[in-house]
Amino acid sequence: MRYLPHTEEDVSSMLRAVGAEDMDDLFSMIPGSCKMDGSLNLPEALTEWELNTLMNNISKKMAVSPAYKIFMGAGSYNHYIPESVSYLLGRSEFSTAYTPYQPEISQGTLQAIYEYQTLVTRLLGMEVANASMYDGASALAEALLMATRVTKRKKVALSGLIHPYYRDVVRTYLEPGNYEIVELPRLENGKTDISGVAGMDDLAAVAIQSPNFFGCIEDLRTTGELAHELGALFVLSFTEPLAYGLFKNPGCQGADIVCGEGQSLGIPQSFGGPGLGMFACRMKHVRNMPGRLVGKTTDMDGRPGFVLTLATREQHIRREKAKSNICTNNSLCALASAMYMASVGGTGIRELASLNYDKTEYLKRGLREAGFVITFDSPTFNEFVVKFGEDFKDTYKKLIEQRIVAGVSLATWYPELSGHYLLCVTETMGRTDMDALIKEVRS
Amino acid sequence: MKELQGASGLIFNEPLLWEKGKKGRRGFSMPRRDVVPSPLDEGLAGDGPDFPDLSEVDIVRHYTRLSQWNFGVDAGMYPLGSCTMKYNPKINEREASLPGFAGAHPLLPQELSQGTLELMYRLEQYLAEITGMDAVTLQPAAGAHGELTGMLLIHAYHKSRDSHRSKIIVPDTAHGTNPASASLCGFNSVPVQSNEKGIISTEAVAAIMDEDTAGIMITNPNTLGLFEENIREIAEIVHSKGGLVYGDGANMNAVMGIVQMGKIGFDVMHLNLHKTFSTPHGGGGPGSGPVCVKAILEPFLPVPRIIKKGGEYLLSGDFPESIGKLQAFYGNFGVMIKACSYIMSMGSEGLKRASQLAVLNANYIKENLKDSLYLPYDKRCMHECVFSDRLQEAEKITTLDMAKRLMDYGFHPPTIYFPLVVHGAMMIEPTETESKEDIDRFIEALKAIVAEAGKDPVLLRRAPTRPKVRRLDETAAARKPRLAG
Repeated sequence: MRYLPHTEEDVSSMLRAVGAEDMDDLFSMIPGSCKMDGSLNLPEALTEWELNTLMNNISKKMAVSPAYKIFMGAGSYNHYIPESVSYLLGRSEFSTAYTPYQPEISQGTLQAIYEYQTLVTRLLGMEVANASMYDGASALAEALLMATRVTKRKKVALSGLIHPYYRDVVRTYLEPGNYEIVELPRLENGKTDISGVAGMDDLAAVAIQSPNFFGCIEDLRTTGELAHELGALFVLSFTEPLAYGLFKNPGCQGADIVCGEGQSLGIPQSFGGPGLGMFACRMKHVRNMPGRLVGKTTDMDGRPGFVLTLATREQHIRREKAKSNICTNNSLCALASAMYMASVGGTGIRELASLNYDKTEYLKRGLREAGFVITFDSPTFNEFVVKFGEDFKDTYKKLIEQRIVAGVSLATWYPELSGHYLLCVTETMGRTDMDALIKEVRS
Repeated sequence: MKELQGASGLIFNEPLLWEKGKKGRRGFSMPRRDVVPSPLDEGLAGDGPDFPDLSEVDIVRHYTRLSQWNFGVDAGMYPLGSCTMKYNPKINEREASLPGFAGAHPLLPQELSQGTLELMYRLEQYLAEITGMDAVTLQPAAGAHGELTGMLLIHAYHKSRDSHRSKIIVPDTAHGTNPASASLCGFNSVPVQSNEKGIISTEAVAAIMDEDTAGIMITNPNTLGLFEENIREIAEIVHSKGGLVYGDGANMNAVMGIVQMGKIGFDVMHLNLHKTFSTPHGGGGPGSGPVCVKAILEPFLPVPRIIKKGGEYLLSGDFPESIGKLQAFYGNFGVMIKACSYIMSMGSEGLKRASQLAVLNANYIKENLKDSLYLPYDKRCMHECVFSDRLQEAEKITTLDMAKRLMDYGFHPPTIYFPLVVHGAMMIEPTETESKEDIDRFIEALKAIVAEAGKDPVLLRRAPTRPKVRRLDETAAARKPRLAG
């Protein structure tokens, strides 16, 4: 096997050196009752070339862009990724390193993550960002747990327009701890109705998503003010961070914790993972923040350098008192997003976000002209809900034959919105693709 | 030692990203604008983030220079105990980046996503076979996420039986994240000490196991690199009081094809695909921490689960007792492809051989260094061995000094000051992918460092001198955090 360098001669001389008769003797301390009978029943080992053929064949069963025109977002977005990002990310000095516990020989990872933390604070308008979480959903769950630590309260209010899967993950995380979750209803315009929290003086957090699951931009400032009046933290979740290239950031509108999915920023969709949990908060809450942090310092000779810091919050020092159990996170994905944000740049991200917005508006307009109702009239980014009607299922199937995936049906999560579909457009969608969709659904 | 592996070469200083570039530069090919601008409601637009504008060349040089300050497995031996820093095969990267996988939307209709589902189904089957457990979830994103999943499963199991248990037993040789994972589920950790042989005795567990204890979290092989020989008896004690046994499988690399985890009493265990199954660590993730269970815990596994029905693969959420979801979608699929590729490349014999060689390499290091460094548990080890700095105390040389000096010799240091049960621990895990020559060089380097400790201890206290920076002031970093520029 090409990954195993030992020759038979190496093995016998090493066995001699350790005083073992043979390989089995090396494992003589393991009770016989724990040992495996016979050998593992796995397929015969493949050569590199056989593996390539097999994987080619399996992967070809998938429907992907550009062969398919996929108008689907709902937490996973198709954006162009510059080749330079993929290429740099493949540098094995980054990818084959471990968590930077030994800073002297990990300065590459450490400076890159420090830069990532900085770019995230600038994108979201926050004061401090951590070195990443697993994904947007678990980041939201961790944010709510953090809010309960900060406020010492056990009740959280969650918008029903937060991604349904994110709410599922929150329920999983909060289930064993006797927390209470209040779900906030929606308004006719596709935004969250936050009025219900008025008077709830035992709330740890009010959490909304913007752009929300329907693509609508929420009223952040109002939500923040209400949360703060109640002594709760305002937690803002997101699935599409590119929106903050164009819209006002959450920090300038009063958010205390901002967390979400960073997949849009240079990370392949990869069937939903790995993604990137982005997590930022106010500096005054930093000691309650989960996850790793990189800080700037100096070395013995006074030269600048970087280290992992504030580790007392983590599990390896005061094990039972840890703020979270997160350890390995999604560091390489954080690096990808930093490379992406740097490539697009300050001027570029504005232009790219505007292009996304304009293309989405183009499709919205086209569908409206074709006679369809755009369900919610609030401003949106990249995604919107359209009413195709109850009998659209057959058309949806026919469109698949033409290699068009016409969004996601909302019926699964919002039965009252049966016949309504969530569509997504990004910069990867050309006008001709949108025209084709409009033509097909009209007929 | 003839020549040090570490040599000086030309590396570059490199400023922070935002100290480079000029307004108006761009490193991105802006897609064609084929639609007209649409007005945005007043008051919604922000100023846009204050990112630098850089050209593609600026960016490529920046990250190339940064990468040169890093040490990875591709550069040299990385014997970080408990982390299994084995070689990461390059072909696996190719498979993960196939357009059909990398470009797959997670909510595609099932008929359009048979490929990804088939791959995940295969991997579940392989992991069940390798561990001897009954069912698998691939959803957890990392080892600690797997531990949390395991604790949630145990919590749900007891709850389904109307039993509310408040404690969990965690040995002192368990992984650092174990108590934190347990406390997330509201369990209080009850520590149990390992004995003079470095393992847990049945008596110690019997003394504290009661009907208010949900179970035990046990790492086997443990973090001293020793096999928990009493595991079956310990499991019997825990089971007899209605508790469950959680196995931390982070050290599975020692026992593939050798120990059947399903037979040793584990009810639930996690694996680290980024350790045992060769996927790159990425400087701290993404990892993947699948959880394998016995049939009694299967109803509680996270949803959706992958099901094969009449030759078709589908996702099913129809498991009413499930603990729910751990991630928005199905886990770190990109990492799963690499692990699956590894298993298919290695086969049954290859995996067993990997474990045998991992254990051989660790024992070879232990035997060759035990006269130079203090070995607290002088017995056959598994895939890693733990020394300490006791013999260097006279020279006032610590584990940290020796670890830092190893960098000058061109090696990544071992894990240090862990496990906590050994004062001044130095935990060495070579893995199977290091050749005898490289291991001999590592042994030679540590012996040379031990000799230096006697002759010229200042050399160690000042180490390292060859990397880009020297020892960094971590106290100042924590006292006055500077976390963004």
